[in-house]
Amino acid sequence: MEKERVLEVQDLELHYFTRKGVVKAVDKLSFFLRKGETLGVVGESGCGKTTMGTALLNMPTPPGRIIGGRILLDGQDILKLSENEVRRRVRWETIAMVFQGAMNCLTPVYTIEKQMRETLQQHRTMEKAEAKERMKNYLNLVGLSDDVLRRYPHELSGGMKQRVVIATALFLEPKVIICDEPTTALDVVVQAQIINLLKDLKEQVGVSFIFITHDLSIEAEVSDRILVMYAGRIAEMGTNAQIYGPQGPAHPYTQRLLGATPRLHEEVEELAFIPGTPPDLIAPPEGCRFHPRCPVLLERCAQDDVPLREIEPDHMVACWRCFDE
Amino acid sequence: MSEPILVAENLTKWFPVKRSLTQVVRHERTWVRAVDGVSFSVEKGEIFGLVGESGCGKTTTGKLVMKLLDITDGTLKLQGEDVTHIKGAALAQHRRHVQMIFQDPYASMNPRFTIEEVLMEPLEIHNVGKDRAERDVWVREILEEVKLSPPDEFLVRHPHMLSGGQRQRAATARTLMLNPSLIVADEPVSMIDLSTRAEILSMMKQLQREMGLTYIYITHDLSTARYFTDRLAVMYLGKIIEMGPAGTIIDKALHPYTMALIGAVCEPVSGKVNQIKDVPIKGEIPAATNIPTGCRFHPRCLYSVAECWQEEEPTLDDIGGGHRVACRRYKEIERLGNAARTSEASLGLRRTA
Repeated sequence: MEKERVLEVQDLELHYFTRKGVVKAVDKLSFFLRKGETLGVVGESGCGKTTMGTALLNMPTPPGRIIGGRILLDGQDILKLSENEVRRRVRWETIAMVFQGAMNCLTPVYTIEKQMRETLQQHRTMEKAEAKERMKNYLNLVGLSDDVLRRYPHELSGGMKQRVVIATALFLEPKVIICDEPTTALDVVVQAQIINLLKDLKEQVGVSFIFITHDLSIEAEVSDRILVMYAGRIAEMGTNAQIYGPQGPAHPYTQRLLGATPRLHEEVEELAFIPGTPPDLIAPPEGCRFHPRCPVLLERCAQDDVPLREIEPDHMVACWRCFDE
Repeated sequence: MSEPILVAENLTKWFPVKRSLTQVVRHERTWVRAVDGVSFSVEKGEIFGLVGESGCGKTTTGKLVMKLLDITDGTLKLQGEDVTHIKGAALAQHRRHVQMIFQDPYASMNPRFTIEEVLMEPLEIHNVGKDRAERDVWVREILEEVKLSPPDEFLVRHPHMLSGGQRQRAATARTLMLNPSLIVADEPVSMIDLSTRAEILSMMKQLQREMGLTYIYITHDLSTARYFTDRLAVMYLGKIIEMGPAGTIIDKALHPYTMALIGAVCEPVSGKVNQIKDVPIKGEIPAATNIPTGCRFHPRCLYSVAECWQEEEPTLDDIGGGHRVACRRYKEIERLGNAARTSEASLGLRRTA
């Protein structure tokens, strides 16, 4: 039986209203997240992946506005709730986010205990001792010792700070955690440790993750399903095996992105890359948005908007070449 | 073998730490030993990679080669000439021969300059070229070379009007203006999107082949290092702990630290999502003010024994084929590793049977 869906997004649209025009950063995005799974979101910078993350918290960065769609979290549309309700019941309670460069989210003048307690007090009425106990539990869960509570951020290494932020995201027991590039600023060894931690938490706590990164090789190691974004839309969405398996991904963009990802144990003469640059989202190209950079385009790609269709169970693609017609 | 362009011997850079009152009274000083005795040589036409985690001293080494920092100890020779303590005009000449590509091309260009001014500046500083017309021709040629064409379109632009990839191309063009004998590239692609990263590296490699350039490539990313470099040196806490041909280092690493670094790299293949990554290392990198005794890696090493911290630090020994490793127990570790791999393989067999 299919696992319960904790999050369902339908036709989500978020536009930035800038002086130069309307940037369609997230354009009719639909996907879902099952309980206890990790959904990876990949794409080049500017493809709208971080924007999508903030939209899921109903927290668009000005001049951005969510202009349409539904975000069903546990069956409830959070876009219909008032800001007050979202703040009280949704944000951090059911859906939390670990931001890009999260280690810089910590206030340098507060101890870890004080910053963590602040989050807790906003949401729960709790005795100080009980709160402290809870903080300790969560710090231990992410592999830190109790005495971290007394420390200031500058006394911790980058990896430790990242663990504190993850603990803070966890300790109101949300159902979904969005991680936006949680490892980019970290060294490889620390990155591997954080990845291991997230895998471990998924198993122990049963929380679902949305893991945003530009690096396909990290997604291969953490995500059960992968969503590939291009120019504000979904290019391809499939299971780990469908994307990284021997048959390879279906969309030419994913194929090229994977081709540009270096592999450590392979001797290559020439690394592949994707010529051209991602399109301007104020005036995106007609038809398929990838067509100006696509090596295998058909005539209709430049004219007809391409829908996202399921080509096999759990595998959705937006490419005219992949549909048998 | 050709003449090495650059020879560094026992290169050292210690930074003083601000002293506390007690230290002043006791005439004590603490030092950050950022680069702590590094020796290597770079051949002409070669791409030499320096890899390691942040804080291992790879950028400081790059800056010492550039002579942007004073060398505390050791010697540095460029094309046979000792440049360790040069000053004044000789230093200016050195900086002409050794150029640098920085990590953030946006921060390393004057935002008020056009690309033309950015590329002209080094020529004007070093008074190269007889007049503006000649310089203008060179600027255009170099822009074509780094595939920013047509040049006229790019010459009038400011750095913010270029994409990340184009900006890094312009930065590369700037280093080429003075026809340097050595280019130090410090994380040139770490801020660039994956899809364009390969494009920049391919371009740099092509230029290297065509123009016979020599690079020192500083990075933390082993997978691009493998593709881009000929030889690799792995640094840990200010010292090179393993060095050799790039393929050998990555496929047949012998130092436990290199093995951990390689184990930590993610690869885009399926079937790893439910496995916990095996990263054979413990703890975190110690502060460079307090470097462990004996082998500096021993507190984090899974294979360390008493002699690793009691005896002197192991030297970087050649073990054949230009592969050098600074580990006392590499042979035993290799045997242990093989044994572990064999037992794993037999387990796998049993499971399928």
